[in-house]
Amino acid sequence: MYSKIISCGVLGIDGHIVEIETDISNGLPGFDIVGLGDTAIREARERVRAAVKNSGFDFPLRKITMNMAPANIRKEGSSFDLAIALGILASTGNISKSAVEKSMFIGELSLDGEIKAVKGVLPMAICANQNGIRYLFLPEANAREASVVKGLHIIPVKDLKETAAIINGESEAKCFEAVEEENQPDYSDDVDFADVKGQENVKRALEVAASGGHNCLMLGSPGCGKTMLARRLPTILPSMTFEEALEVTKIHSIAGILPRGVSLVNTRPFRCPHHTISDTGLVGGGSIPRPGEISLAHYGVLFLDEFPEFSKKALESLRQPLEDGVITISRVNASLTYPARTTLICAANPCRCGHFLDKPGKCTCTPRQIQQYLSKLSGPLLDRVDICVEVTPVKYQQLESDQPVETSAVIRERVERTRKIQLDRYKGMHIYSNSQLQPAMFSKFCRLDKKCRSILRDVFDRLGMSARAHSRILKVARTIADMDMSEEIRPVHLTEAIQYRSLDRRAWNM
Amino acid sequence: MKSNVKYWIWLNSLVKVTPRVKYQLLKYFGDPVLVWEADEAELRASGLCTRRTVGHLTDKTARGHAERAFESLKRCDADVITIYDSSYPELLKHIDDPPLALYCRGRLENDSVYIAVVGSRRATWYGLDMAKRLSREMAKHGVTIVSGMARGVDSHAHRGALESGCRTVAVLGCGIDTVYPPENRGLMDEIIKHGAVISEFLPGTEPARYNFPARNRIISGISLGVTVVEAGEKSGSLITADYALEQGREVFAVPGNINSYNSTGTNKLIREGAKIVTGVGDILDELKIGHNSQKSYNDVKKTELMKLSRDEKTIAQRLLNGPVHLDVISRECGMSVQMTSSILLMLELSGFVEQLPGNYYKLVE
Repeated sequence: MYSKIISCGVLGIDGHIVEIETDISNGLPGFDIVGLGDTAIREARERVRAAVKNSGFDFPLRKITMNMAPANIRKEGSSFDLAIALGILASTGNISKSAVEKSMFIGELSLDGEIKAVKGVLPMAICANQNGIRYLFLPEANAREASVVKGLHIIPVKDLKETAAIINGESEAKCFEAVEEENQPDYSDDVDFADVKGQENVKRALEVAASGGHNCLMLGSPGCGKTMLARRLPTILPSMTFEEALEVTKIHSIAGILPRGVSLVNTRPFRCPHHTISDTGLVGGGSIPRPGEISLAHYGVLFLDEFPEFSKKALESLRQPLEDGVITISRVNASLTYPARTTLICAANPCRCGHFLDKPGKCTCTPRQIQQYLSKLSGPLLDRVDICVEVTPVKYQQLESDQPVETSAVIRERVERTRKIQLDRYKGMHIYSNSQLQPAMFSKFCRLDKKCRSILRDVFDRLGMSARAHSRILKVARTIADMDMSEEIRPVHLTEAIQYRSLDRRAWNM
Repeated sequence: MKSNVKYWIWLNSLVKVTPRVKYQLLKYFGDPVLVWEADEAELRASGLCTRRTVGHLTDKTARGHAERAFESLKRCDADVITIYDSSYPELLKHIDDPPLALYCRGRLENDSVYIAVVGSRRATWYGLDMAKRLSREMAKHGVTIVSGMARGVDSHAHRGALESGCRTVAVLGCGIDTVYPPENRGLMDEIIKHGAVISEFLPGTEPARYNFPARNRIISGISLGVTVVEAGEKSGSLITADYALEQGREVFAVPGNINSYNSTGTNKLIREGAKIVTGVGDILDELKIGHNSQKSYNDVKKTELMKLSRDEKTIAQRLLNGPVHLDVISRECGMSVQMTSSILLMLELSGFVEQLPGNYYKLVE
């Protein structure tokens, strides 16, 4: 007796249909699952056997062969349990074969037949919708996550018995009704730029970073507010479009970090991995590839605190994804691509003791130690950082002052306006922000007048800038001009951009 | 080089015999060769040596050290200047315990007027600026600046002198083939080119802390006067000042903010009678070195500032009292941060201000 149940697997960030075929024939009792399943799938046999029995059905003592088609793609995880169990029930005639044709089943079984939550439901639901599936049976806890997909009947189920009853029409299916949620980011319990007193120049730098999608490095002594500032950067980034939110949710769904009761991640993610993270943790990978922090920070902010403490290998691995916005992980059996368009914010102490930027005399490092520490910073990754800003501790008077400070909402409005200018300008060019400008485009978008050129020449001569600073300065100057809604780059824009390259200055290297 | 130079090196290198005793021995015997050849009885007869000193002086293995030192001096192209040489600094000859010989890279000139500028190694911007400015202006009046090439004030004193294209002398507390602190390699090369680096220690001597007081006695001994720019409570420059008083040199001190730990030492010196320095004239007048009277420093600056545009002037004036943070400038001048930072860059390009680490700005000296 043959039956076919539809389930779904995930590759990269996209779901793909997996057909679970079951054949029960006479022969020595046995239970085999073929089709490149991983250990979790091999172990599903035991879970399914117990779950079927404990749900009041007979487990057939015959030869059971299962195939997961397409058989040449690796499948992993426990989300196929429900489909496997139903395959057996369909083959033994406990449920009607025709009733499951237009349905997809996702869920992990426990031994008593209960259905438990799984990871990656959103990409599966999207896949179901694209493939003309009408009913999606899934664990109750995952219902809200899938409800983002419109045009699909979502049926949350508690256990195997209930599922069988629904399929057989013995009990009524309760479709999950998505509570209409505004696709508006919720900043209520969140951090806000208004919390930060003083630090005007850093705030300005972060606004520039947000406006042009520039990566940013903050240097400052411990406790001067680097982390506090970085944490607030997502609040001034433009709100995500539905498509962006969907993509982010997909990644978070696969990684299983979606908070309970959240259907759509609509605030930009902020990821701050600890500096002991491995390169795999940062960019993704592993024998069963998983998205890394840089993908989890897709459309958001990846914050690397204590930047020089990260392993060299981990930092090097960031280079390509930062440039391309995607990370491709190739393994023997598959090559996966995860999106990774993120704004990188790094924070570092300026020297070993951390006080070099405070008043002189406070730092106990020798100039040589400072130089060594900085040379660790100015490695190749700094090629990816457009803005470098020095953070100094705030004075107590500033903490107390009740001078009005701009809120994130006000800044965000400006950022959105600037982003729109860029989107319009780069329409059809496959770039979205000034940070992605290629050197070939400089002559078109970053043209400098005579005055600007002479300033730039002066700067290179007198301040000892390195050559790599040149393109960074132009990009940032373009952003600042956009913030000013100015068509051309004026000297005031250029000079501000130059001030964000303090790390390139000779004075710094002493 | 003289034929008996190895004997000079030998006698000079006996660290266990005090410089004073060595100097008296030299005066008694007249020549290091004779000290070398003297037997125990003769040394005793001089009445200058204890039994232990005699032991050191008759320990002939020390001669091997002198041979090796002689070779390494040749390698680093250094001269040996003995106390009998004409290029030996005149003033230094007259202290109680002059070094018998100085190892010297570069050139010492006998007719120079030396003034020492010393101070804290961990100085504030104020101290660094003052060191540079005083040295530069004194150097312009023909003074050769002497200092110790240490971090902080010392290095800036040398730099100031070099900036005005004048000679400067660094006295080291280690061998002259050692660059200490290491980041001063470039500076040391400059000093050798435009002056001299001298030391009484054999090449290869590590910069050990007990060598520095001995070095300080040479700094003050060489000079007409010692200017202490910035010194904390226990700064080594106070030792230099003590030597200066012992040796009958003038002591000058640059006053500082009474709240500043870095100026406790200098302010104490002033209270105890050191001459206060409010400008280079104070030093030059006291030492009777001719100079044309100068307008006060801030007057000069103010006239320069007149040439700037209005916004530039507002910002530059805010910096007259020392380094200020970008945020503070912006707030107090009522300009946006981005505007302020642009103007500051323009001022920097035209040479008016200087950016310090941590977004602080100060006027260029």
